[in-house]
Amino acid sequence: MTNLMQHRLFLPLLALALILLANLVLSPEFFHLEVKDGRVYGSLVDVLNRSAPCALLAIGMSLVIATGGIDLSVGAIVAITGAVCANLLNSSFDTLPLVILAALAVGLAAGMVNGSLVSIFGIQPIVATLVLMVAGRGIAQLINSGQIATFQNDTFASIGIGSLLGLPAPVVIAAVVFLLVQFAMRFTALGLFIEASGCNPRASHYLGLNVRVIKFLVYCVSGLCAAIAGMVITADIQGADANNAGLWLELDAILAVVLGGAALSGGRFSLPLTMIGVLIIQAMSTTIIMSGIEPKYNLIIKSLVILVVLLLQSPSFRQQLRGLSGARNSLGGKA
Amino acid sequence: MSAQNAVLQLTGVCKRFKGVIAVNNVDLDLRAGEIHALLGENGAGKSTLIKVITGVYTPDGGRIEIDGAAICPKSTLDAQKHGISTVYQEVNLLPNLSVAHNLYLGREPRRFGCIQWKKLQRDARALLQRFSLDIDVNELLSSYSIAVQQLIAIARAVDCAAKVVILDEPTASLDSREVGLLFQILRTLRDQGTAILIVTHFLDQVYALTDRLTVMRNGEKVGTFVTAELPREALVSHMLGKELQAMEASRASQHTDSVDPAALQLRELSSSNGIRNINFSAQRGDAIGLAGLLGSGRSEVCAALFGLDSVTEGEIRLGEAPYKPRSPAQAIAQGFALCPEDRKTDGIVHPLSVRENMIIAHQAQRGWWRPLRRSEQNKLVADATQRLKIVCSDPEKPIGELSGGNQQKVILARWLMTHPQILILDEPTRGIDIGAHAEILQLIRKLCAEGMTLIVASSEIEELVAFSNKILVMRDKRLSTTIAGQDISENAVLAAIAEPD
Ligand SMILES: Nc1ncnc2c1ncn2[C@@H]1O[C@H](COP(=O)(O)OP(=O)(O)OP(=O)(O)O)[C@@H](O)[C@H]1O
Ligand SMILES: [Mg+2]
Repeated sequence: MTNLMQHRLFLPLLALALILLANLVLSPEFFHLEVKDGRVYGSLVDVLNRSAPCALLAIGMSLVIATGGIDLSVGAIVAITGAVCANLLNSSFDTLPLVILAALAVGLAAGMVNGSLVSIFGIQPIVATLVLMVAGRGIAQLINSGQIATFQNDTFASIGIGSLLGLPAPVVIAAVVFLLVQFAMRFTALGLFIEASGCNPRASHYLGLNVRVIKFLVYCVSGLCAAIAGMVITADIQGADANNAGLWLELDAILAVVLGGAALSGGRFSLPLTMIGVLIIQAMSTTIIMSGIEPKYNLIIKSLVILVVLLLQSPSFRQQLRGLSGARNSLGGKA
Repeated sequence: MSAQNAVLQLTGVCKRFKGVIAVNNVDLDLRAGEIHALLGENGAGKSTLIKVITGVYTPDGGRIEIDGAAICPKSTLDAQKHGISTVYQEVNLLPNLSVAHNLYLGREPRRFGCIQWKKLQRDARALLQRFSLDIDVNELLSSYSIAVQQLIAIARAVDCAAKVVILDEPTASLDSREVGLLFQILRTLRDQGTAILIVTHFLDQVYALTDRLTVMRNGEKVGTFVTAELPREALVSHMLGKELQAMEASRASQHTDSVDPAALQLRELSSSNGIRNINFSAQRGDAIGLAGLLGSGRSEVCAALFGLDSVTEGEIRLGEAPYKPRSPAQAIAQGFALCPEDRKTDGIVHPLSVRENMIIAHQAQRGWWRPLRRSEQNKLVADATQRLKIVCSDPEKPIGELSGGNQQKVILARWLMTHPQILILDEPTRGIDIGAHAEILQLIRKLCAEGMTLIVASSEIEELVAFSNKILVMRDKRLSTTIAGQDISENAVLAAIAEPD
């Protein structure tokens, strides 16, 4: 197991290091950091800052995937939260705590919808969350009356562009959420229970675990994380765009979890590894922009690099494949 | 050394896993027209050797020859092409296909490239008839109990009637009737010239069926013997590397006329799973055995008590209080524990580690907010590993990498950690070797003496007789006879199972 841990950490870290190294070659000032007005500036900080929304989504996504589910609706929840925040800020209810509470409530409600569809009504997670993925943007447009809602509120904007402890606020927020969830998972038995119900739901039921409640809760956490990401994104651009806020971000989040070595069929998960996955994705986007390659090649290069990383992780992958084909062959074997 | 007409010949076969030498330099010759037993303790390397022969694992060294020609099977399909058909220890069919399709998967009868479903179903029915198995072949495999699934896997392998048939603990969850049928079929196959290799922990079966046997210990071959010439004691000491202490057949402490209210009482209990009008009561310290044929309702009684099926009629009482569990969680809160029959789907949580698998029931009982410290976990795991003699090089490795019998012990350890008042064991010794078997029976007696109530469903009558002070014989989902105290004997139970009401 210690071998496996080393191995699990090793490949994603190596990939990240290689991408950062490529940046060093492309532009030597990539690692340059500068402190101005008590705030750190530089490309590295930039990468962290841009990663924050995806990191927030990926934290919730890790838990959902660990139970063997998936949450496609997080991008849409980002849009709904954005619309709700922007409209509240333009109304007379524009005090910061109220807006934040409303956003969290929206995320929680969305998570509860997903959670009940999956755990009470037994709908396949991919279908259940697809409903909100499609409907969510429609809801956001309704709230915004089809417009892009902008607002002027410096206190709220500081969630996206302010700084704390010398770092951009989104980075600090993502770090705090990460630490909170990681603590909840690993310093209580929650992480073990989530992993067990993903590995073998039947056996978990026999163990007295309430698998339904566990599944319900992970979607709620995912919804809450999406709401926080929604606030960060909305505050960053000081406006809510129902069509584009958080668009395709759910896919980046899923990818980050997979890069972190989690299996979509559920089971083991690791939040630190997921975070490395997020950084790989973001560092690569930055690299492509900085290298001056024509933008039209961006997506292709990005997917190629991701493919390589996934293949690099193939020792475990290949073993699984071998196990799978072993199982199938053993059947054929009796033929 | 190389014997005449050896169909399958192994020379110096080795297989290593991280940190474990599972099979070390093993030679074996399997002759046409013989039934050959492969014996050894849990974790001796029997299943691994079989998987090496059949292409699931690639050997780290050695030669495998079929009819004198070296082969190197890449997959079980490949092994099949060389004439080896196998039933693995863990049923390895597709649960989401029908029984009929599973039986003929990969060799479906076809006409003009299309599967002839009608013929397939007819053939399937006829094939299962040979095993006196009268089930709906169009149902999904997963809707049948593990014992039935095992019979289906055996039927499939036997029907492929190859040069070599390998069976890894085929009788682990079968009762005597099915075992008898299986043996008949195996003998017929042998007489037709098939070579059969069979793994089992039942020595009676070894002596009843096999011509020769090979003993393994710690991955190495101890020797090959002619069964009829090897006394039982010698065989046991070859397997264990020491003598087995004679096990006295004392029963759990007998409570005849207790004045206390019964610890557990079932009155006219019927459940959603089909059992009807079950009545019995148990005192603290009682060991109740549930006997009966396959599908007679043994497991269903266990399931109803553990809150897996809902109670439709009648009632259960715990002491004075009524008890109506709606989920395992509620049953556990009332002091119940259940080791399920099907350890692969209901027991082990793979790929979580051995440690996590052991402590998880206790942890679930404590609640998520009171995690066991790592040092406490390690201590609990080390104690249980020692107490149940679990062969496990590293408690952090995934449980699926343990041998079958050792997985079973981990599940038992898991529930003992919760200190249940009522422990329900459904086929507790499935796949457990004779050395450990004796120790587990001893452990069960000790727990009963400490006041735990035990309910054991088992297809092994000998085992039930050894420790029960009351045996309930089930038939057709009803309780047909209760045998208690001095009346308990193997013959009495057998007669009760056989006789019509
Ligand atoms: N896939 C694997 N990875 C690592 N170790 C393994 C693996 N499979 C088996 N082992 C180890 O190899 C040894 C032999 O296991 P094997 O399953 O062959 O035992 P067995 O003789 O079949 O025992 P049982 O009677 O309990 O079925 C055990 O110590 C086991 O832990
Ligand atoms: Mg085995």
